[in-house]
Amino acid sequence: MIPLAFDYARPDTLDDAIALLAEKGEDASVLAGGHSLIPVMKVRLGAPEFLIDIGRLPELSYIRLDEAAGEVAIGAGTKHRDVVNSELLAAEVPLLPAVARTVGDPQIRARGTLGGTLAHADPAADLPAAVLALDGTVVLQGPRGKRSVPIGEFYTGVFTSVREPDELIVEIRIPRCGDRGWAYEKFTRRSNDWGIVGVAVSGDRIGLVNMGSTALRATATEQALAEGRPIAEAAALAAEGTEPPSDTHGTPEYRTHLVQVLTRRALETAHGQR
Amino acid sequence: MKVEITVNGEATSADVEPRQLLAHYVRDTVGLKATNIGCDTTSCGACTVLLDGEAVKSCTVLSVQADQQSVTTMEGLDGAADGRPEHPVTAAFHAEHGLQCGFCTPGMVMSAVSLINHDDELDERKVREGLEGNLCRCTGYHNIVRAVLVAAGKDPDAAQQAEAESDALRTAPGFSRGEGA
Ligand SMILES: Cc1cc2nc3c(=O)[nH]c(=O)nc-3n(C[C@H](O)[C@H](O)[C@H](O)COP(=O)(O)OP(=O)(O)OC[C@H]3O[C@@H](n4cnc5c(N)ncnc54)[C@H](O)[C@@H]3O)c2cc1C
Ligand code: FES
Ligand code: FES
Repeated sequence: MIPLAFDYARPDTLDDAIALLAEKGEDASVLAGGHSLIPVMKVRLGAPEFLIDIGRLPELSYIRLDEAAGEVAIGAGTKHRDVVNSELLAAEVPLLPAVARTVGDPQIRARGTLGGTLAHADPAADLPAAVLALDGTVVLQGPRGKRSVPIGEFYTGVFTSVREPDELIVEIRIPRCGDRGWAYEKFTRRSNDWGIVGVAVSGDRIGLVNMGSTALRATATEQALAEGRPIAEAAALAAEGTEPPSDTHGTPEYRTHLVQVLTRRALETAHGQR
Repeated sequence: MKVEITVNGEATSADVEPRQLLAHYVRDTVGLKATNIGCDTTSCGACTVLLDGEAVKSCTVLSVQADQQSVTTMEGLDGAADGRPEHPVTAAFHAEHGLQCGFCTPGMVMSAVSLINHDDELDERKVREGLEGNLCRCTGYHNIVRAVLVAAGKDPDAAQQAEAESDALRTAPGFSRGEGA
């Protein structure tokens, strides 16, 4: 399977990439790791006329601690593999590398990027729900400058977000977690599958994978925890307000059951009760 | 579009369409046929090559993305070009009978090379998890795992004994893989 023909450029700097994206407009797509975009182009569900390759920009690949802001800052082009192997992230926001380790397989993690998976906006992806549980912020940059969008306000639907076509995700910022408990529960049938359902917990914030058209928070469960109700009772509310999809892996009813079980397990782990 | 890619240590260059996949560059443009295309959907790993030392699935990389970088295929391993298993990984696949039909083998071997290069404390579980992106329809993986352990300088019997006796979670890999603290 070969994509439809397109033109390709690999700018040397971020500024050049942003300028080129503005010039080419909606006919262009940026290419990061290519591990969502190339498969889509190979089956010809997508056919951008121009690819702007940002996958090798050193400016977008870093993991830093911003002590003043109390946050870690991760360049959008950082590969899943580098997230998995980062000692800084393991110390400051341990949920993130643990979730990244469940994405695809080693070859996929060697190519796919954090910015790419957040931009792609697939509700079945693992990392958007993790960033949601971690209360992260997406930093966008375009011809009109930079802006920051809390992850909770970023997604608008399946494969859509508030990102304008001429904007790039340049950075992801995540508040330091201290010693807050965390857990990730991902349910799959075969080892490197996408999650049928996933539940990411950081303290009392809960992000859900594949339970609706975007990554979602389990707000009813969070509320119940805030009221001091026991984990089992709170977890039973995890599907409230969700619209789980139906596919070959499971019905909405199945996912509704699964999310409660996984939320209970994740909360018990995060709260040291397992 | 002109690309320059070092393949198995030799400079290669060609005028390719941007849509050309790296798997096709290696097989058709350069003419090295060890690298196989199985699923063509990023699942099976038969097309795995090293790109600047990292195992990647060459059916999901464009040749233009690999411009100015270096690729290693199974032909690039010692002795492989003349069919002699001399490289530690190919030698171990040979000795431990780590293949049957051989279709998955070039990708499996390149994943194993990358795994061994990145971790000198491999055990059975790490090998199984590290080969997650490579499917084999013949062997049942058992001898492949042994081969990789041998190539990594481990005693496969001892490693498998340790795994059997470990208190590692007894869930099948892939089912709910909860982790946390
Ligand atoms: C077989 C397979 C299994 C997978 N399994 C999983 C899994 O289990 N869990 C999971 O979460 N993911 C999985 N993935 C997806 C993988 O994580 C992708 O790498 C990721 O979703 C996309 O990242 P990328 O860098 O490859 O993005 P690309 O494919 O390069 O881009 C994806 C989209 O985002 C846009 N984009 C990329 N970067 C930016 C940016 N900085 N700013 C603005 N827009 C941008 C592109 O234009 C494109 O529309 C799998 C992929 C494959 C092929
Ligand atoms: S052919 Fe590339 S992963 Fe199967
Ligand atoms: S030996 Fe036949 S597919 Fe692995």
